[in-house]
Amino acid sequence: MRALVVDDSKAMRVILSQLLRELRFEVVDACDGIDAIEKLKDAGTLDLALVDWNMPRMKGIDFVRHVRGQGLQPQMRIMMVTTETEMDYVQQALTAGADEYVMKPFTKDVILEKLGLLGITAG
Amino acid sequence: MPITAPDFAFLQTFVRERSAIVLDPGKEYLAESRLGPVARSAGLPGIGELVARLRVDPRGDLTDKVIEAMTTNETSFFRDVHPFEALRTHILPDLIKARSNERALNLWCAASSSGQEPYTIAMLLRENFPALIEWRIRFIATDLSQEMLRRSREGIYSQLEVNRGLPAKYLVKYFEKRGSDWQVKQELRSMIEFRELNLIKPWPSMPQFDIVFIRNVLIYFDLPTKRAILGNIRKLLRSDGYLFLGGAETTLSIDENFKRSQAGTTWCYRL
Repeated sequence: MRALVVDDSKAMRVILSQLLRELRFEVVDACDGIDAIEKLKDAGTLDLALVDWNMPRMKGIDFVRHVRGQGLQPQMRIMMVTTETEMDYVQQALTAGADEYVMKPFTKDVILEKLGLLGITAG
Repeated sequence: MPITAPDFAFLQTFVRERSAIVLDPGKEYLAESRLGPVARSAGLPGIGELVARLRVDPRGDLTDKVIEAMTTNETSFFRDVHPFEALRTHILPDLIKARSNERALNLWCAASSSGQEPYTIAMLLRENFPALIEWRIRFIATDLSQEMLRRSREGIYSQLEVNRGLPAKYLVKYFEKRGSDWQVKQELRSMIEFRELNLIKPWPSMPQFDIVFIRNVLIYFDLPTKRAILGNIRKLLRSDGYLFLGGAETTLSIDENFKRSQAGTTWCYRL
């Protein structure tokens, strides 16, 4: 399984990447939406993307719209992982084509359970 | 400060007499983590003082709080996923067919804690079986804790709680934001009757059920108590009904009247 982690916080990228590697994911990371689109070009087939909302240059929501609008990586499940907690944001993300939504702060179990909802199980 | 051996021994008896829950040796950490906040909220410096108070006044207000703290189980929306998938793909379609004349279904979630499990089933019903709105659905959820029942009726969950296992599309559809928390919409809250029931005391009058969820509860009881509870459930379960236990629980070697039955990717128990 292969995953993309998009977050402008290096610490968050490390936390999420480490968690995914424990689940035997191969991880590619990117620091914003533009960087993520670049990385997608050479990344091969990806199964999962964890995407922050607020990032410089291109926000996560715009990245999701771009990916879904262009039909890039149609198999890739997208999970927003963000500090945005208003209903409107959750709704926007789902409308844009995100499959799941996690509000920071989160625990490891939260990520595992949400992955389970997407049919992705540990190991 | 760690709990002392005499205090833990006292708590073992105290909790067991009132809830039949067995605190095995090695569960000292559980008593410390659960009872520390109870002591603090009572203005007591620690668990030692809390236990001292219980010894002097075992029928006081603190008793309920201690029992509630020691018996509240971890729960989350769609916990373990598989039982709910089994309901959606196999059990409810079969039951709907079997009950097409009477157009009535009775469900029970026992030891429903803060309510995530019954609300999960309520969402599943609304989402996948909208025609059931026309049926007579009796959906009872019970717990021994008044505090848990109050929370469940209110249906207000923290951000961390709605992060746990709840699909985002259901959050959007079935919840409303209340400050930093989230409240289950009235349409779901009105589906469920939350009632007090202590599994080890005489049970109130209950209907015959088509589906019973009693998950991750029996594991805390000793064998005679498990047997008694399963015997009571047997009287309430319809002959073609379905019983769900927790993943680490079974009726095998406890009550041979139940047969283990495959339900999708998981197991349930039937008469």
